[in-house]
Amino acid sequence: MYAPHTDSDVRAMLDVIGEPSLEALSAPPPGLEIRQSLGLAPPMAESDAYTFLRSLASANQASTMPCFLGAGAYRHYIPPAVPWFATRSEFLTAYTPYQAEASQGSLQAIYEWQTYICLLTGLDVSNASVYDGATALLEGVIMAANATGRRRVAVSRAVHPLYRAVLSTYAAGMGIQIDELEFDVAGVTVQPGELPSGSQAPAAVVIQSPNFFGCVEDMKPWSRLSKNCGALSIQVIAEALSLAVLKSPGESGVDVAVGEAQSLGLPLGYGGPYCGFVAATKEHVRRLPGRLVGETTDVDGRRAYVLTLQGREQHIRRELATSNICTNQALCALIVTVYLATVGAKGLRAIAVSNLKRARQLAEALREVEGISIRSTSAFFNEFVVDLPLPAADVADSLQRRGILAGLPLSRFYPQLPASLLVCATELTSASDIRRLSQALAEESRHAVAAV
Amino acid sequence: MPSLLFEQGARGRGGDFVASEGRPDEFLDSSLLRDELPLPDLAEIEVARHFTTLSHRNFAVDLNFYPLGSCTMKYNPKLNEAVSGFPGFTDLHPFAPDEGAQGALQLLWQMERSLASLFGMNAFSLMPAAGAHGEITAMLMAKRYFAQRSEGGRDTCIVPDTAHGTNPASAAMVGYRVLSVPSTSRGRTDVEALKKVLDGRIAVCMMTNPNTLGLFEDEIMEMTQAVHDAGGLMYYDGANANAIVGLCRPGDMGFDLMHLNLHKTFSVPHGGGGPGSGPVGASSELTRYLPKPMVAKRADGGFFLQHDMPDSIGAVRAFWTHFLAIVRAYAYVIVHGEEGLKRNSLLAVLNANYLRAKVKDLLTVPYDDFCRHEFVCSAESLKRETGVRALDLAKGLLDAGVHAPTMYWPHVVAECLMIEPTETETRATLDSFAESLRALVATAYEDPQSMARLPMHTAVRRVDEARVGRLANKGVGLRWSPDGSTAE
Amino acid sequence: MGQPADRLYTKEHEWVKVDSDTATIGITDYAQSSLGDIVYVEMPKTGARIERSKTMGVVESVKAVSDIYAPVSGTVMEVNATVDSDPATVNGDPYGAGWLIKVTVDGDASQGLLAASEYDALLDAQPHAT
Repeated sequence: MYAPHTDSDVRAMLDVIGEPSLEALSAPPPGLEIRQSLGLAPPMAESDAYTFLRSLASANQASTMPCFLGAGAYRHYIPPAVPWFATRSEFLTAYTPYQAEASQGSLQAIYEWQTYICLLTGLDVSNASVYDGATALLEGVIMAANATGRRRVAVSRAVHPLYRAVLSTYAAGMGIQIDELEFDVAGVTVQPGELPSGSQAPAAVVIQSPNFFGCVEDMKPWSRLSKNCGALSIQVIAEALSLAVLKSPGESGVDVAVGEAQSLGLPLGYGGPYCGFVAATKEHVRRLPGRLVGETTDVDGRRAYVLTLQGREQHIRRELATSNICTNQALCALIVTVYLATVGAKGLRAIAVSNLKRARQLAEALREVEGISIRSTSAFFNEFVVDLPLPAADVADSLQRRGILAGLPLSRFYPQLPASLLVCATELTSASDIRRLSQALAEESRHAVAAV
Repeated sequence: MPSLLFEQGARGRGGDFVASEGRPDEFLDSSLLRDELPLPDLAEIEVARHFTTLSHRNFAVDLNFYPLGSCTMKYNPKLNEAVSGFPGFTDLHPFAPDEGAQGALQLLWQMERSLASLFGMNAFSLMPAAGAHGEITAMLMAKRYFAQRSEGGRDTCIVPDTAHGTNPASAAMVGYRVLSVPSTSRGRTDVEALKKVLDGRIAVCMMTNPNTLGLFEDEIMEMTQAVHDAGGLMYYDGANANAIVGLCRPGDMGFDLMHLNLHKTFSVPHGGGGPGSGPVGASSELTRYLPKPMVAKRADGGFFLQHDMPDSIGAVRAFWTHFLAIVRAYAYVIVHGEEGLKRNSLLAVLNANYLRAKVKDLLTVPYDDFCRHEFVCSAESLKRETGVRALDLAKGLLDAGVHAPTMYWPHVVAECLMIEPTETETRATLDSFAESLRALVATAYEDPQSMARLPMHTAVRRVDEARVGRLANKGVGLRWSPDGSTAE
Repeated sequence: MGQPADRLYTKEHEWVKVDSDTATIGITDYAQSSLGDIVYVEMPKTGARIERSKTMGVVESVKAVSDIYAPVSGTVMEVNATVDSDPATVNGDPYGAGWLIKVTVDGDASQGLLAASEYDALLDAQPHAT
């Protein structure tokens, strides 16, 4: 379809090679040939494929509904300038910038991404990206285990359940034990007086802020507790937009910030690709996973950028590497960089404020609904938990049939919270969306009362 | 020389992207708020010029030939880009109920079934985000498989000496001891050496076929048999799958586990280093360990995310898959069908052998055999005779307007250049590349000193990697700083 | 050719210079030139034990990484701070200012090591460094 060969090209090239046919040149050893149809559909003309895929896209009815889902993936405005510049062919169809002379565009963009992540997190160094927020957390934990030589980590149960699931998938294979920290009735992680010492001492204390329930956690005491027992403090950030207004990890004394940058210019895309980040204080620079870009000069003294500290990486250190990451999320990191350049400090702060305001408008509207209460009593950014008079999963199902994505029923991850719904409002949440949700929830609640 | 973003702009510049709705401290206690947000404010035209200028300082497939061995830099069809941008895909929340995501689920299901058929596997997980991520996923599956069989004593992973660095790194990260097996003078894995290290400690043998030298491991059946007899599993690294799609199948070769790089074989753009997509395939015996959730089909024909998989290793990333990458790869599959995919493999092998025939007169091409999708050549004798190295040739090619091949890898060939043309290049492009290489080799004999000065015409010339490396170890020079000193 | 004759060598290209029960350890000129521009040297800490033939550190250049094997067993007395802050010292003066560590040696330091002439012979059989 996209190969340019004419029949006469093929014949002429086979003559140069000295083989009679394409099939002879590529034949597998006897016994390995494919002898029958593999059952794939016959090829489609490009126009048919386009139409078919558009019909599949249209079949995703949830993509057009008013959406109060957040929980680690956020619907935000993406200025058209962002994909316009970020997806230029020269960026899109390049490989990893191993040849610095021919890759200054990608390299400078990664250097700018590293700088943006440092400025947002208030930390010294950032890598060139990892797969997503969950794998960023995993890499942060590996950094801490290597820095301390310890094999336990204390992780808040208010860290995104899917991030914790990924951590436990790997932890089993890596001999890392996870100790859980509980949360209180408002959804805030409960701080112990002190953390275990000696052989029970953790390599890291992992707290998400804003946490999975939307609560802003006070990171400073966690950093102090961690330092007291020689552990690294790790802050998880699943909603990167919050960094525009909330105290930065660096200001709170956090050692390693890990998170998900999807909010900053990447579409929801049914879960990916997104863009994980890992930032840390200077002393941990050699433990950062994957690629790093540094600034240098060329032989003519011009400013230039190049991949550096490659001796840490798998393609050189092989089985002694501390991370196996190779391909990362370069284009996603570029999109985030273009997004941050486009909106600037002014725009980012305004968008964050819009989230703060609309989430509060949502809370006020829901508070008015008979039978519904707001569980989150502490400070929140753009999402919070409401308690319903009915099982939240049933309500969410029913509202979806009415064309509203009401939020995430927490019973999916926390069976002890069957009536709780995690709801989110962003700058794209309109007043009429909020009205529709509160009216629908009011009707559901009335049915429930009537049924009782 | 383009400035950094942080050296441009002016406070208060830039558009209004949302209506102004107040100050943060109207909504949150000021003790929770940050002191400053030190990002630049730029006008959109500054952003436009900045990134357009950067793009001009990048090499890309859409500019010219990119024969980077082992990376499969084929053309990325624009149909893929268009369809992955449909709002029905981009605006779909990962927690959308299955009922509201039937189009996406159907696409994932059909892609999964297509890959299973094409590679002779029982099932694929589309969850892993890249090739290396697929590898470690499969290593975790192997570990769980042996643990369930009470064979936790199997702690060893075998990799050939030509393997990608990700192979030993992935194995070591799950705690496996790594043993390397040498290649023979034919450029194939040494079967006898492999058999010698097979014992009760073997968990997995990781191989790619064709191997990194671009040669088909023609004794593959004997190797898989021997590893299976020793109780081990065979893992297929799909880095080189572009040579075999529609021609033969890892499942038929006896592999139990495998990964693919959809950003190589299935035309998903590399994006300057990702995002990729690294689906993992499993035999029927290992399917139950695949990451969860998987897409499944209901009796009524609808689709759903199956989370109830008790033996699964669990999740390896937060959400289900790099969905928009899968959309691109799926578009590639449906416009080709089986015959089209097979023809691409045939033409990838044709292009590699054609270029090999041309390069053979210029540089040493070890292993006297037809190659598959790529081949290696060596500048060792050129270096001996002129002092000019593979590195210098690579830099000279950049000046000639094409990308350099992969250099100095695999390590078993000295002064190595690894060339993978892919099927999407015209004969004229291959001829032109060979001519550029011929001219460089001629220069090497006439004026070897001049080669060390190349490239002359790229955005920057050779860079000082030692200085940046020494500073970077101290955390310096890895970001712009507000005090203006960016490097020291 | 012509390695300094006042010290002993390993096949892995480390040198050791013994002065009563103290030994100074470094990597050879061949090692530094094969690696190229060295950007980082990971060394054991003062007070740490090193074991003959076991890895005691790593030397990292722009494009390569190599383990450093202990030529003797002993306890680390001193780590060269100059190399830590400026790894290029190893490229510039591998047998002098670019030494890595000093150790107190257990037992016979010379066991299994090569004299300068033997090491020269070993290098003659190697491909030349670039």
